[in-house]
Amino acid sequence: MGSVTTVDRVMADARAASFATRSIKTAAKDAGLRLAMSMVDLTTLEGKDSPEKVRSLCAKAIRPMPDDERVLGERLPSVAAVCVYPSMVPVAREALGTSGVKVASVATGFPSGQYPLDVRLRDTQRAIDDGADEIDMVINRGAFLSGRYDIVAEEIREVTAVCADGGPQGRGVHLKVILETGELETYDNVRRASDLAIEHIRPGDFIKTSTGKVSPAATMPITLVMLEAIRESWLRDGKRIGMKPAGGIRTAKQSLHYLVMLKETLGDEWLTPDLFRFGASSLLDDILRQIVKRKTGHYAASYDFGLA
Amino acid sequence: MNDRLPILKTYKLAIGGAFPRTESGRSIAIKNPAGEVIAHTCHASRKDLRNAVEAALTVQPKWAGASAYLRGQILYRMAEMVEGKRTELAEAISATGATTTEDARTEVDRCTDRLACFAGWTDKYPQVLGCHNPVTGPYYNFSVPEATGIVGVLAPDSPSLLGLISLIAPVLCSGNAVVVLASETNPIPACVLAEALATSDLPGGVFNLLTGQRDELVEHFASHREINGLSAAGVSQAHRATLEAGAAENLKRVRVLVEPDFTDDSGFESPWSIEPFVETKTIWHPSGA
Amino acid sequence: MTTLDPQSHTETVRRTSAAGPGRSPALEFASAWDYAPAPESVKVEIAKVYGHFINGAFTQPDGGPARTMATINPATEAELAQFARGDAADVDAAVKAAREAQPKWAALPAKERGKYLFRIARRMQERARELAVLETMDNGKPIKESRDVDIPLAAAHFFYHAGWADKLQYAFAGRTPEPVGVCGQIIPWNFPLLMAAWKLAPALACGNTCVLKPAETTPLTALRLAEICAEVGLPEGVVNIVTGDGEAGEALVKHPGIDKIAFTGSTEVGKRIARATAGTGKKLTLELGGKSPNIIFEDASLDQAIEGVVAGIYFNQGHVCCAGSRLLVQESIADEVTKRLTHRLQTLRVGDPLDKNTDVGAINSRPQLDTINNYLGRAREEGLQCHSPSTSALPKNGYWCKPCFFTGVQQSHTLSREEVFGPVLAVQTFRTPEEAISRANNSPYGLAAGVWTDKGSKIFEVAGQLKAGIVWLNTYNRFDPASPFGGYKESGFGREGGMQGLRGYVRLDGGAK
Repeated sequence: MGSVTTVDRVMADARAASFATRSIKTAAKDAGLRLAMSMVDLTTLEGKDSPEKVRSLCAKAIRPMPDDERVLGERLPSVAAVCVYPSMVPVAREALGTSGVKVASVATGFPSGQYPLDVRLRDTQRAIDDGADEIDMVINRGAFLSGRYDIVAEEIREVTAVCADGGPQGRGVHLKVILETGELETYDNVRRASDLAIEHIRPGDFIKTSTGKVSPAATMPITLVMLEAIRESWLRDGKRIGMKPAGGIRTAKQSLHYLVMLKETLGDEWLTPDLFRFGASSLLDDILRQIVKRKTGHYAASYDFGLA
Repeated sequence: MNDRLPILKTYKLAIGGAFPRTESGRSIAIKNPAGEVIAHTCHASRKDLRNAVEAALTVQPKWAGASAYLRGQILYRMAEMVEGKRTELAEAISATGATTTEDARTEVDRCTDRLACFAGWTDKYPQVLGCHNPVTGPYYNFSVPEATGIVGVLAPDSPSLLGLISLIAPVLCSGNAVVVLASETNPIPACVLAEALATSDLPGGVFNLLTGQRDELVEHFASHREINGLSAAGVSQAHRATLEAGAAENLKRVRVLVEPDFTDDSGFESPWSIEPFVETKTIWHPSGA
Repeated sequence: MTTLDPQSHTETVRRTSAAGPGRSPALEFASAWDYAPAPESVKVEIAKVYGHFINGAFTQPDGGPARTMATINPATEAELAQFARGDAADVDAAVKAAREAQPKWAALPAKERGKYLFRIARRMQERARELAVLETMDNGKPIKESRDVDIPLAAAHFFYHAGWADKLQYAFAGRTPEPVGVCGQIIPWNFPLLMAAWKLAPALACGNTCVLKPAETTPLTALRLAEICAEVGLPEGVVNIVTGDGEAGEALVKHPGIDKIAFTGSTEVGKRIARATAGTGKKLTLELGGKSPNIIFEDASLDQAIEGVVAGIYFNQGHVCCAGSRLLVQESIADEVTKRLTHRLQTLRVGDPLDKNTDVGAINSRPQLDTINNYLGRAREEGLQCHSPSTSALPKNGYWCKPCFFTGVQQSHTLSREEVFGPVLAVQTFRTPEEAISRANNSPYGLAAGVWTDKGSKIFEVAGQLKAGIVWLNTYNRFDPASPFGGYKESGFGREGGMQGLRGYVRLDGGAK
């Protein structure tokens, strides 16, 4: 790892806030909402998750609004992925089939990461063997905060290697490294953890803000700091890394603010689900509501969209 | 024994800690009320002014950068030196007959006290003139007064010493360097003062003294672009206009006192006599971990 | 406007997923997902002709093109209104009104004076959107700036000074401050309403009455402020507004009934005013030009520093006296800064000031655009390299200048010495802190400076040595009514805002008049 990059909190906050003053209207709003939809990792990560719940989520992921063609006159995109616990991977794999929606599994002792490394690696391997296309790993924040960066780096390298080996059919498995920024507290730490993760993952892998189990989860400034780390890696080494803010993004308007930030920080080429995801559960419904409003002129009720 | 021929002194200029004669080679005879020549002073020229400003420029940042405590001690040392020359200064003040010897002694005492007063102001005026500013947003913001730089001082004819001390003490106090034009009618006290200050620890060039004629030098004080401020008292309306018009060319800060009462302590020993030759610097810094 | 097909993303990424041989990684901002127009919807009523505001009422401009002039929208070149072209007689009437009102205004219980200012602040807040739109139309600045900066700050300025009215004796240790009398105030076109607030609020709080002359290209919001003064019942003659060009300004400066001149504008005109008032006994405060250095050390938080550079020079089209127009970059990071700045400038949206997404609006006037273009031409003649990466398509009408920066600038180049007053940045390099400080101070100006470093002790050392009235550390172009503003050296004298800003509007008894 090279020199440590510092982040000035106040200026970063101000810059992040400036994106939220962009006014996204008409055609730009239409395109933005559809793009945001296609970037959603529809997520359920609860102790009470059951196969039926996951199947329902998968159905929604493939076809978020079954009557879209009747109401809107168009076919809306599928979301990017369904994100579940490892035990639910086989269910999701089966339900999603060849729809193109990816199976993402949290792993590596999610959400704490406080398990022995060999257990965390087996956790990962198992999820891959069961059909996961993407692994959302957590870093060892305890090690990071106590300055044992080499341990964090080693773990990321090991998990990356497991993902690189791929599953039974030799599928390439993408990795998302969750920094759990809510526990890192300072922007300097977020930047340092981002740089560290970026160094050890492969092009096309992601860094991700949060597990959703810690508050605060994703925020605009935290995401900006991570996007800046990605930008530097791209401009310096040509290594293209993806970004996934997760947790706390609930409204269509918020998602547009994130897209504005993405566009103005990393440019057009990152405006794709291959390089940007929203980890969210309720965001999708609000996006659908906005799309319907844009088309029909009135607001939909929450019960207009099927629960997942 | 009055048949001894006295040695008539020619007082020199004070520039950069040295005592040169004017480069112009001119001098002015100073006479007592009986019309007898008691001394000569230099009749300084535009080039002497230039040299004095050069000297001031070299040393001013160092003087402004000295700790307030040190500047205070040096101003106090100046008071000590004036006290030590009490008799000589009083004689010089009264030599031209402008005051009685007794009044001259009182004047010297006031000068000493005034210097002591400003010796105590060096580390306090920033607390009176500066402040923390409660701005909106995550910023730490404060304002501090800093020295303006080089200040030209045109001392009044009378009181020749108290007028001069009252103008220079607040200006030196905040870290400015001065180039002074002494009382035209009686420059001797100023010259004696300069000699006293030579041993006062005041860095050479912080106080520079010219003697000569206002008519000749006012326009050059006004127009010199390295002079940042002008403090004057007892100048004519025409000289005032010249000073202010010249000052416009590089936007010197100008303070001209009209009929000042230099014995008024509340007027001449307050921070408001320091304030005209300080610049408020306001500093912002974000606050966030 | 390109719409995105989310389903085809995989192909997009494959096409661009690697830098590829011979192609160095860059960022592209031009094509996908452009923002649709987002025009501000509030409509503002503008009269055909405006008179002066004297003694509590608007005068009837007495016909004839010689006595009125036009103000235009610099983004469209369309005429907005005609307004009175003030002359010596108009100024005289205004000064007489102010003179007559002054003793009564000063004799009001201080609390009551303060309450009038509170009322003005409140009405400005209530009419904020209207004022913002009007300001943007008259000036050309982006609506997001007039909405989020100019108008809120102007109101805040009145609110801040309202509270001083009955507390002045606490601001001047050991003194009883007295009003100066009648103040002639001449303001520029870059922050029309905000500058009016900066001038009027402290003057009124201290018991003075005013004759204000707005700039000839931007009189409209000052006239709205006059309406507000009438609305809140401000006594007649306390605030008088005379519109017009240099003729009115000169008449104001020379009027014997004026006790104090406060001027914000160019150093050239400031010096002229200083000469004109020499020997008259008029008090004077001047807030003039600048060529402010913005210094980036290699240990700065670089992405944030870039934001500070952008805020420093491209805010308000660079029509800012304290703009950070000289960027001093430590040599070791010069290329990095150039690269990041190039990317950042691509995302600046230049165009319709009334669009909520516009970052850089119109240049205020044709003469100002000519001035800027002259400087751009000279910079090129002097061999400087121009970087102007903005991808915005400029409107057909109006006065426009894309934000740009020049590299290879040396201390002797025109661009590092003279104020451009436009979105033009001169980039220079330095090697050591001492070199940075000496280059920064090597200017007749001394208004503002910026310093970017993560090292605390260095930042305060550099801040201490910079000859500038405002020093922004790890930030730039922040303003607040409580924060004194004003320059060293030829950037003028006196402060506006904060406790120190009151000094220019009072006389103190004792030796220090």
